[in-house]
Amino acid sequence: MSAAAVECAGVWKFYGDYPALSDISVQIEPGTCLALIGRNGAGKTTLLRILAGFSQAGRGRVSVLGDSPRDSATRRRIGFLGHGISIYDELTAWENLCLFGRIYGLDDPQKSAREWLDRTGLTRVKDGLAREFSRGMRQRLAVARAFLHDPSVLMLDEPFTSLDDRAIGILQGLLADALRAGRTVIMSTHQLREAMELATHVTMLQRGKIAYHGPRTPEMLNDPGWLYAQHGEAG
Amino acid sequence: MNFWRQTAVIAVKDLRAELRSKEAINASISFALVILLLFNFAFAEWADQVREVAGGLVWIVWAFAGVLILNRSFARELANDCLDALIAAPLPSSALFLGKALANFVLVVAIELVSLLVFGIFYNVRWTQQFWALMLVIGLTTWGLTVVGTMFSALTVNLRLRELMLPMLIYPIMIPALLGAMEITNALMAGKPLDGDLLTWLRLLIGFDVIFTALAVALIDTVLVG
Repeated sequence: MSAAAVECAGVWKFYGDYPALSDISVQIEPGTCLALIGRNGAGKTTLLRILAGFSQAGRGRVSVLGDSPRDSATRRRIGFLGHGISIYDELTAWENLCLFGRIYGLDDPQKSAREWLDRTGLTRVKDGLAREFSRGMRQRLAVARAFLHDPSVLMLDEPFTSLDDRAIGILQGLLADALRAGRTVIMSTHQLREAMELATHVTMLQRGKIAYHGPRTPEMLNDPGWLYAQHGEAG
Repeated sequence: MNFWRQTAVIAVKDLRAELRSKEAINASISFALVILLLFNFAFAEWADQVREVAGGLVWIVWAFAGVLILNRSFARELANDCLDALIAAPLPSSALFLGKALANFVLVVAIELVSLLVFGIFYNVRWTQQFWALMLVIGLTTWGLTVVGTMFSALTVNLRLRELMLPMLIYPIMIPALLGAMEITNALMAGKPLDGDLLTWLRLLIGFDVIFTALAVALIDTVLVG
């Protein structure tokens, strides 16, 4: 059993002959907020999908909370927010949250749904179909879905993309609350300023390899592009 | 939450989503009714002969109309990347599969029953003579079709030509079950009881369902996650 919240050792992933990830080894301690950064095609989403158990590594070993991410008990403790919002357009906000509450086996899915509709400011429109929501409201519903089951490890793929100011504020507040409660957060992002404000650690990928893995330094906070400049990717 | 409750949650979700959007059900029922109407005009002069092969005719229509429902099964999850959320959840892939198969079964049977009523009127076929035996055959064959179709719907969900690929994959595998269903349905619609050789075909349908349900449940995790 590993004490790390998330650990991957010697992970490779191939698309055909092309190595999307090459020998990735990282250990993420509980309570860490890791910003996973890199240019388009660096392998951020691929790594996140492997960590979340959506995709199998070609080689190497991945564990989340000491077990395989495909283990049912482990999946119950992972919250994932991907590129897509993963909510059903034909269901209401209330039905969407109750559905995922039941799938996650919550004791009282309706109570959790009510609480998260309130926290994301969607109580007023809870009976509206998701397809009728504005983009910002849909994003907030997606955030509520990802946090609904109080996960120990949150994996977020580009969480700030296309969010309005209000939704960014809500998400940053929720992530800060989660970190104070000792949860582990891994987020891949291009929005460096928002990410660096929350991150305790940073992993930078370059063409499928780790270019940097370590604590977030004051230089990164003052100049979010600093790490890119250090690795010859400025601008 | 136990396995069967999770299966039911997925089935209810799919049925609710389909009944709200009516995407697949409208296309499927329209297709079935239009084909029955066209066949009725085309074979008007040979009405007596058509009644003798009524079972074959309805199963051809149902097999094609059913695929329109099955095509949407996993494709529905592509919008907003909902499939990712289901794979990430503590939901056994087999519960996800069976939930979807159950929802598809209910929808396809509903299409079959509506078109059976219309078929009886258009073709003057008294299909109620062996009502319960006919319902048994419809249930068994439709379960086989939905299990095979739901499995291949998962397999082809990321293909651009999935609407074309799905029928090409399903029909060759469905040949034995469809042959059995056509033989039994022909006999039942002619008022013959379910006995003799028909029982052999019935056993084939049961065997088909058991084998393909077991195979699909065993393989679905590999299909979805790799």
